Amino acid sequence: MKKFSIENLDLYYGAFHALKNVNLDIDETCITAFIGPSGCGKSTLLKTLNRMNDLVEGCKITGRVLLDGEDIYYNYDVNLLRKNVGMVFQKPNPFPMSVYDNIAYGPRTHGIHSKAKLDEIVERSLRQAAIFDEVKDRLKKSALGLSGGQQQRLCIARALAVSPQVLLMDEPTSALDPISTSKIEDLVQELKKYYTIVIVTHNMQQATRISDKTAFFLLGEVVEYDSTENLFSMPQDKRTEDYITGRFG
Amino acid sequence: MRNRFDHELDLLGNEMIEMGALIETAIGDAVRALCQQDAALAQRAIEFDAQIDEKERDIERRCLRLLLSQQPVANDLRMISSALKMITDMERIGDHAADISELTMRLLGQDYTPALRHIPQMAEATIKMVKESVDAYVQKNQQLAEAVIAYDDVVDDLFDRVKFELIDTLRQNTGDGELSIDLLLVAKYFERIGDHAVNIAEWVIFSITGLHKDRRII
Repeated sequence: MKKFSIENLDLYYGAFHALKNVNLDIDETCITAFIGPSGCGKSTLLKTLNRMNDLVEGCKITGRVLLDGEDIYYNYDVNLLRKNVGMVFQKPNPFPMSVYDNIAYGPRTHGIHSKAKLDEIVERSLRQAAIFDEVKDRLKKSALGLSGGQQQRLCIARALAVSPQVLLMDEPTSALDPISTSKIEDLVQELKKYYTIVIVTHNMQQATRISDKTAFFLLGEVVEYDSTENLFSMPQDKRTEDYITGRFG
Repeated sequence: MRNRFDHELDLLGNEMIEMGALIETAIGDAVRALCQQDAALAQRAIEFDAQIDEKERDIERRCLRLLLSQQPVANDLRMISSALKMITDMERIGDHAADISELTMRLLGQDYTPALRHIPQMAEATIKMVKESVDAYVQKNQQLAEAVIAYDDVVDDLFDRVKFELIDTLRQNTGDGELSIDLLLVAKYFERIGDHAVNIAEWVIFSITGLHKDRRII
């Protein structure tokens, strides 16, 4: 089942043509990895999926991005879009407030104020992000006191608290140590049962370990998009082969 | 980083050629000892197997180290994994060459010249197959690997000829039964060497195309 359909998408930052005629389907409850050298457009495309580029000055987009068949750039409630399509960034960015309030923040902005309901959401989200046991005794303490790996899982829990359908992750482990990275990777595998996940990564081994499909980007174009196993064992395009084997980039 | 990796892959190719050369020597010595009834050469051929085993260990070590340190993908992954598979068959060929020499020791002093019409041809054919399969790997030459697989028919035909001639001998009751069976075993070892060379060529094709016996395995 298709979750996103990206059709003839072009994106410009001023005169710079950052994405060139991108056509890509993202499958539901599947992990899709975007790989490619810096500046190839992979993060730009990720941001396009929940309209994070809207606020970038001079950004112009043509083509269509369909979420469950509906064009998110045409008559689509952006608040609803961001609720349905959550994002986790490269560096953990907890709000300067308690662990509990970090998670409750989203549901509260969407009108949930019942303490019992919020308690339930906070616990469920922290459990889903595999961090509940580590923070259950310090829910009222500042989230800034957590380790980097814990902060990143907290941010994942925060994204899950508003019950999204899609989780976008922009290099979510690049600032983490190997153990924290491994925890996030296990977590992502677990989450794919319920969510569609799109992950940008510079770590090729990570893409092979966790993703089902991989898209290779170069200079704003999707060069190759295939099952991860095919792309990393028998790439069809020489540019893909050269990139994944470390011949450039 | 890539320069070092490329250098390591070149070294792997060189080691595969070296192991191929050892096997060619083993087959050549085995057949010469058999034809010339040369006990000393047969003994050397038996002992030579240890060198082939040692080379297999070296290549294994190199491949595992590359898997560990480079976590290869795409063509690199196929080249290294194929090498790991190929050396198993190459090592078995070394064993068979030693097996032939052990039979040669048993046959010393017996007259089996008439049976030697086709066996040297089998040796020559299998040496060609081994050499070309390793060349195909290093040169990434799919056609050459396919030619090796096709050439196995030549070895199989020669085996059938040896077998029928030995059956005739047994039927006419003109020869020693045990001798005939030992010679049949010699021919069978050469025939098996041909089969192992086919296996090697099949992994060469995988390293180039990603297909093993026309099937995707990853």
